[in-house]
Amino acid sequence: MATIPTTASEIAAAVASGALTAREVLEAHLARIQEREADIHAFNLVTADAARAQADAIDADIAAGRPVGPLAGVPIAIKDNMCTHGIETTCSSKILEGWKPPYDATVVTRLRAAGAVMVGKTNLDEFAMGSSTENSAFGATRNPLDTSRVPGGSSGGSAAAVAAGFSPVSLGSDTGGSIRQPAALCGVVGVKPTYGLVSRYGLVAYASSLDQIGPFATTVADAALITEVIAGHDVMDSTSIPQDAPSLVGAVSQGVTGMRIGRVVDLPGGAEPEVSARLDAAFEALAAAGATIVDVTLPSLGYALTAYYLIAPAEASSNLARFDGVRYGLRVNAVDTNAMYGATRAAGFGDEVKRRIMLGTYALSAGYYDAYYGKALKVRRLIAQDFDKAYESVDTILMPTSPLVAFKFGEKADDPMSMYLCDIYTIPTNLAGHPAMSVPFGTGAHGLPVGIQVLAPALGEAAMFRVGGALEAAAGGAQ
Amino acid sequence: MTQSGSPISAADVAKVAHLARLDIDDAQVVHFTEQLAKVMGHFGDIDALDLSGVEPMTQPYPLVNVMREDVEMPTLNTDEVLASAPATEERRFRVPPIVGTEG
Repeated sequence: MATIPTTASEIAAAVASGALTAREVLEAHLARIQEREADIHAFNLVTADAARAQADAIDADIAAGRPVGPLAGVPIAIKDNMCTHGIETTCSSKILEGWKPPYDATVVTRLRAAGAVMVGKTNLDEFAMGSSTENSAFGATRNPLDTSRVPGGSSGGSAAAVAAGFSPVSLGSDTGGSIRQPAALCGVVGVKPTYGLVSRYGLVAYASSLDQIGPFATTVADAALITEVIAGHDVMDSTSIPQDAPSLVGAVSQGVTGMRIGRVVDLPGGAEPEVSARLDAAFEALAAAGATIVDVTLPSLGYALTAYYLIAPAEASSNLARFDGVRYGLRVNAVDTNAMYGATRAAGFGDEVKRRIMLGTYALSAGYYDAYYGKALKVRRLIAQDFDKAYESVDTILMPTSPLVAFKFGEKADDPMSMYLCDIYTIPTNLAGHPAMSVPFGTGAHGLPVGIQVLAPALGEAAMFRVGGALEAAAGGAQ
Repeated sequence: MTQSGSPISAADVAKVAHLARLDIDDAQVVHFTEQLAKVMGHFGDIDALDLSGVEPMTQPYPLVNVMREDVEMPTLNTDEVLASAPATEERRFRVPPIVGTEG
């Protein structure tokens, strides 16, 4: 059998030209899943039969000379909080176990139209609440680079699937870092686009003003390619920005000559020394590539964690009210509806989901609204204003993605606050609604990968991908 | 005004669990109170900020009154939707009694 390329763009080119069939590309990936999935547990469900049918249909199109999309025959894994018509979508929660959505998420429709072949639904922290994928009701995902360690979260399954070679690309969702942090911990590229650039229709909502779908990939160019395919206005999402998808792949190889990259002088502490050292090396590499490093200040950044852990749970407490045992999912029978709601939700939700629902309910409740939720919304404004000011003098900002490399199972599972601190560098972007990406840039403690985060202003994806591409090129040269 | 770092009590936790329709037993109330108190202890940091005159920010990209043409569009298939429900009757969702069971 011919060698299967590792990137989505090469696979699509090979399939479109007839050098490889979509079916042989798929079988090679299914074989890898067969070999290692029992150790990794990246998937809640592998959709091998549906994938084979889809791959064969693409091969038939090519044989008949019909045009195919830019992702023809590219295997892709989808986080299990995105709806797939007739295919189980669980959010890794017992409350949705067995639910088959009556429609596809817009991103799923767009990927299929582009020729991508879905290989399965990936594991996550229940309802995307967590930073280690340990909160899944169906068991944790293991980091393919060291199976005694977490892959990060909440999109840990999607990050692990790409790191293990189960699919060259995958989709995750990022509410406070849930794409970027697992990308960093698994040594792959992860992108959170601008809020509203990618439709959220069919993404099971966690915190609606923060959630955004984005890709994982092994290269920055592949991440740009997937972003191009899934971005663009969607009438089914009222928060969708009314613009066409931008062109991004070209930016990746454009270089950073003349770009101004921000170094945050008042960055909150807590990063491991090896992580800080990689950040310094990233600045040096970009300066060597022709960028100018400019000091910026983000004085409110340290308050982002508090704002986030009030706003996100508040929105979650409202969004998750829909899981009440009436229309879908689990029902625990009881004498009346109120008792049924309480018993169903107690049995269906895990502890972290319960904590966030209670936290959010508290922050929104009479007498506490002004002290908690109201204040958090004002802090959110301050953080956005800090970024606006910084972007007057720089094009992008660089910081670590995660303060730590991949940690061991159980290390933080019983201490919610220490888990929440994993998101300290990723949360501010979600509050502002800006794009950011994590690019692997060498290794830290225990030889584990370190991700460097590139932040850009709203709709600044092209600048972000330029810097991401330059970091990738420098990392390749340095290792 | 209540400070953001105020401690959360077991009674608060029991109350919000009821408001959120989450049945939790006494042992869980103790457990969650301990964990939530630790998290909320961290929230006191924003009490130090002067937020007077700062406009609340509810969403990153404010779009107002997003409308579309008033034309028929396909909707979800009713049979398919009902097939996912825990209980149905006469093409409707069936639920336990809503009123009359509380003493």
